Amino acid sequence: MSKISKTIGHIAGNIISLFISLIVLIPLVVLLLNSFKTSAEADKMTLSLPTEWVFENYSTVIEQGKLVSSFFNGLLYATGSVVIIVIVVSLAAFVISRNMKGINRFLYYFIISGIAMPINNVSLMKVMQAFHLINTRGGIILLYAAINIPLSLFLAYGFIDTIPREIDEAAVIDGCTPWQLFTQVIAPLLKPIVSTLFVLDFMAIWNDFTMPLYYLNNSQKWPMTLAVYNFFGAFQNSWNLVAADIMLTLLPVLIVFVLGQKYIVGGVAAGSVKG
Amino acid sequence: MNRKKLYPWYFASGAAVLFFLLCFLPGIIGIAYSFTDWNNFTNDIRFVGLDNYKRIFEGNSEYLLYIKNTLVFTVVTTIAKTVVGLALALLLTRPFIKMKNFQRMIIFSPQVMSYLVVGLVFKSMLHPTTGFLNNFLQDIGLGALAKNWLTDLNIVFPTVMTVDTWKGMGYIMVVVIAGIMSIAPEYYEAASIDGANFFQQLKSITIPLLKPVLVNATVLNVTYGLRVFDMVYSLTNGGPGNATGVINTAVYKEFSKGDLAMGTTLSSVLFFVVLALLYFIIKSMEDTEV
Repeated sequence: MSKISKTIGHIAGNIISLFISLIVLIPLVVLLLNSFKTSAEADKMTLSLPTEWVFENYSTVIEQGKLVSSFFNGLLYATGSVVIIVIVVSLAAFVISRNMKGINRFLYYFIISGIAMPINNVSLMKVMQAFHLINTRGGIILLYAAINIPLSLFLAYGFIDTIPREIDEAAVIDGCTPWQLFTQVIAPLLKPIVSTLFVLDFMAIWNDFTMPLYYLNNSQKWPMTLAVYNFFGAFQNSWNLVAADIMLTLLPVLIVFVLGQKYIVGGVAAGSVKG
Repeated sequence: MNRKKLYPWYFASGAAVLFFLLCFLPGIIGIAYSFTDWNNFTNDIRFVGLDNYKRIFEGNSEYLLYIKNTLVFTVVTTIAKTVVGLALALLLTRPFIKMKNFQRMIIFSPQVMSYLVVGLVFKSMLHPTTGFLNNFLQDIGLGALAKNWLTDLNIVFPTVMTVDTWKGMGYIMVVVIAGIMSIAPEYYEAASIDGANFFQQLKSITIPLLKPVLVNATVLNVTYGLRVFDMVYSLTNGGPGNATGVINTAVYKEFSKGDLAMGTTLSSVLFFVVLALLYFIIKSMEDTEV
């Protein structure tokens, strides 16, 4: 008797989890199928295969949606900011975690408070204007770096804490200056956390559209994520083209996700488990 | 060894300066400007005292609705994501589930997508005439359940919160799975020798040991919920009317209208709410640690 109810429980569990996976998967499959349909057929979104596969949808979208230039904008913003983040954050995390006293302690709590604090986008505009950063590519890169520093510092701090201090002592006895200690001894050990920061921050910046919405009024400087929103407004009645544009915007993140899954899941888990 | 010399504080200055100038400073300036009539139409800025705050909190202003919506959104999505995420984590760590890792990856995947893209995906899925959901309901004979998901005043806010849960539940699931994995299996072995069933083990072992993880996840969910902008902006832009407006969509609205003082006042209100909340959380953590 109990064996039967156990088997029923196992089957029910499998059905529930499959059902939820399908709820997550179906919207994406529907969009993928619709991106290959003709405009008339895509007018009624269903899970059916296209009667005629229209691959030209994608080339139309790439041309009309200015996807090439916005792709490179997004790539530039994400890469530029991530490089800045990795450099300043690993330097900061190094000295803070090694000497958690006085000014370092203050700086640490001051910066990581930014994980939760909201950003005042209105007065930020004033600051950006004062530094002549508004409507410039450099400005948006610095801004993204600043916004993502708090969480990155928190993660890097937790990682550097696990590197034994005896290494530092040995290096100092060998005559290392602080700068040499960091660049030649510590930095090479940071590869895992740098990979995590790279993937997490890259995706956060690639996916953001709030900052360009506020601070880039020139659509030529828009990254891909904002460009797709604009495209949606202009082509709302051609669902096949909208679907193709959404698919193309999703593609880079999905590739990064599949390749960097280990780092993403590890970083996400470390961020909340260590706390 | 002299620690101060070996670990010079100025190594941290790059991060500190960037954060100070582009995150902290705007917050402070914003509070100062919230006592003025700063706008896009004139160049002279006058001091107006608490007038902007009065406009928010006096009478039955639309701003109070935004604040209420923000709080409702925060509470509902936090509970929904925690419950669903926890349930999924428990289910997807059971040995009898097939293709566990694959399913975990699928359920986590919306987390890596942009809110804007998720918003557009659901805008097309939920379109009343062409969208997938209503067509699907009609095809399986449940046409009566088809609704104007994003324009009906009574269901639009629940719709937005459901989509947000759809996107965020995988994150909580991954975090909780990491927590479950770190629980020593000996606890469960001992409990099953004593004859405890799954629910007893859940109540006496899993949940108590997951408490720190769940607290952290809740803090993240709450601070996300209070600051929400992307999801609402891309799905409904605060509409229809003001039905789904939250603080940060209102800030953007005031910003676009040129009423900068009101935008920065709303932002400052949010700043104070989060600050109070953080203070409360840190205090309660310190108390339990002692």
